Amino acid sequence: MTVARFWRDIPSRYNLYGTRCDSCDKVYFPVRHICPGCRRSSIGRMQRHRLSGKGRVHSFSVVHDAPPHMSSLKPYAVAIVEMDEGVKVTGQLVDVDIGEIDIGMGVEAVLRKIGEEGQDGIIHYGFKFAPRLD
Amino acid sequence: MREVAVIGIGVTQFGELWDHSFRQVGIQAGLEAVYDANLSGSEIDAMYIGNMSSGRFIDQHHIGALIADYSGMASHNVPSTRIEAAGASGSLAFRQGVMAVASGMHDVVVVGGAEKMTDVSDDQSNFILNSAADQQWESMMGATFASLHAMIARRYMHEGYATREQIASVAVKNHLHGAMNPKAQFQRAIKLDAVLRSPIVADPLTMFDCSPISDGAAAVVLCPLEKAYEYTDNPVKVLGTGQASDTLALYQRDDICSFNATKVATRMALEIADVTINDIDLVEVHDDYTISELLALEDMGFFPRGKAGEAVESGETEITGSIPVNTSGGLKARGNPIGATGVAQIVEIVAQLRGDADKRQVKDASVGMAQSIGGTGSTAVISILGAI
Repeated sequence: MTVARFWRDIPSRYNLYGTRCDSCDKVYFPVRHICPGCRRSSIGRMQRHRLSGKGRVHSFSVVHDAPPHMSSLKPYAVAIVEMDEGVKVTGQLVDVDIGEIDIGMGVEAVLRKIGEEGQDGIIHYGFKFAPRLD
Repeated sequence: MREVAVIGIGVTQFGELWDHSFRQVGIQAGLEAVYDANLSGSEIDAMYIGNMSSGRFIDQHHIGALIADYSGMASHNVPSTRIEAAGASGSLAFRQGVMAVASGMHDVVVVGGAEKMTDVSDDQSNFILNSAADQQWESMMGATFASLHAMIARRYMHEGYATREQIASVAVKNHLHGAMNPKAQFQRAIKLDAVLRSPIVADPLTMFDCSPISDGAAAVVLCPLEKAYEYTDNPVKVLGTGQASDTLALYQRDDICSFNATKVATRMALEIADVTINDIDLVEVHDDYTISELLALEDMGFFPRGKAGEAVESGETEITGSIPVNTSGGLKARGNPIGATGVAQIVEIVAQLRGDADKRQVKDASVGMAQSIGGTGSTAVISILGAI
């Protein structure tokens, strides 16, 4: 992956920027340029919208069979998180004992290393989810 | 629109075919189908080839021309088109072939599907399969293709739709059927315990909940129904097809325990075929993971939500049951060479409707159906065929 391919998504990967449709108020992640609900009337009306980062585990899995670049992490947990804004997001779950994860658990986004381009390449950062402290 | 018939079928052995290249398996299935249709070859007007990822599995694109060339059709300059929709590539190639004949554009069309997955390591192969999901916002965030299905399974159990044992019983049933299919990758029955105790791939799914990595190819020959008897005594009629899309990423759905694309494509195909779900005598579904078969059976309308697991566990979906499902062994036991899978489903349905399915034969089968999925329900293709 070239630097540019990752770099252009940094606002979404670091700070969970998605979009909100000015026509129906629905929030999307990642960025969409057309609201699937409003389509034509949403064009030019999709606003940058930062998610709060807080949500609940909708479902999760513990990955034991991982691709080579993820194998040093296994077993690791991945989840579909339903954000407080109603939109869902996929990310890893960290800072939690795997046995304690459950559907409905409150989580919040944290910035972590999510990958790297081999030994000498750039490091990719992005969000993962950790148990909510409040 | 013209009525369309399947006049020939062919399928290779599925499995780890170390001594066969991509082009060899592709040609083998195609030739078998062409012989079965009693064609010399010069009658062929067009070819459609389902293939997911030859570019990454064998570093080869331009599959349409390659298959046309090595099947000896290059000198006839037959138009040949590669179709890709991840796991639904083969079934979509079939639908494109049906549309080409129905429209009157072509008379005799060969539809093939092929994938060569074992020329890369298992790790690499699984990594390539992840690209059926949203590469940027699922795979890169750590989700594997298996883990997406594991999340469906966990939520499905959380909702009380099925028990872990009922989900696992899909693998037991499909291995039972695969044991009767001489072309299947796995031809041994397994016990429920074997599924539950096999190594965890993505919790709660184990190795035996997942379809294998496979090489293989399948092909069918289509022509207008009115010309079918010029070639064969046992044509099977294409009653209807349907196709639908949904969001690329699983997390974008309101409900991850159901694939809406399957529902929409099923309605479309049933309407065109002018039959109801109760008229279907057997069905091949896309069990890339055990959980997928339960979603398929509910979304197609064979069972209400939360009842498919029970039905599989009680034997209703076995060959002798009220609605036989995956008599071929399904993706789980027959094998899942991605691009070939959708075409292999059609081959099984045609064999059953002709009464040629030997030990797997469903009694009095007259209408059969196939459901095929790309990604996590992002593409669904439905085909309905009928005996004449």
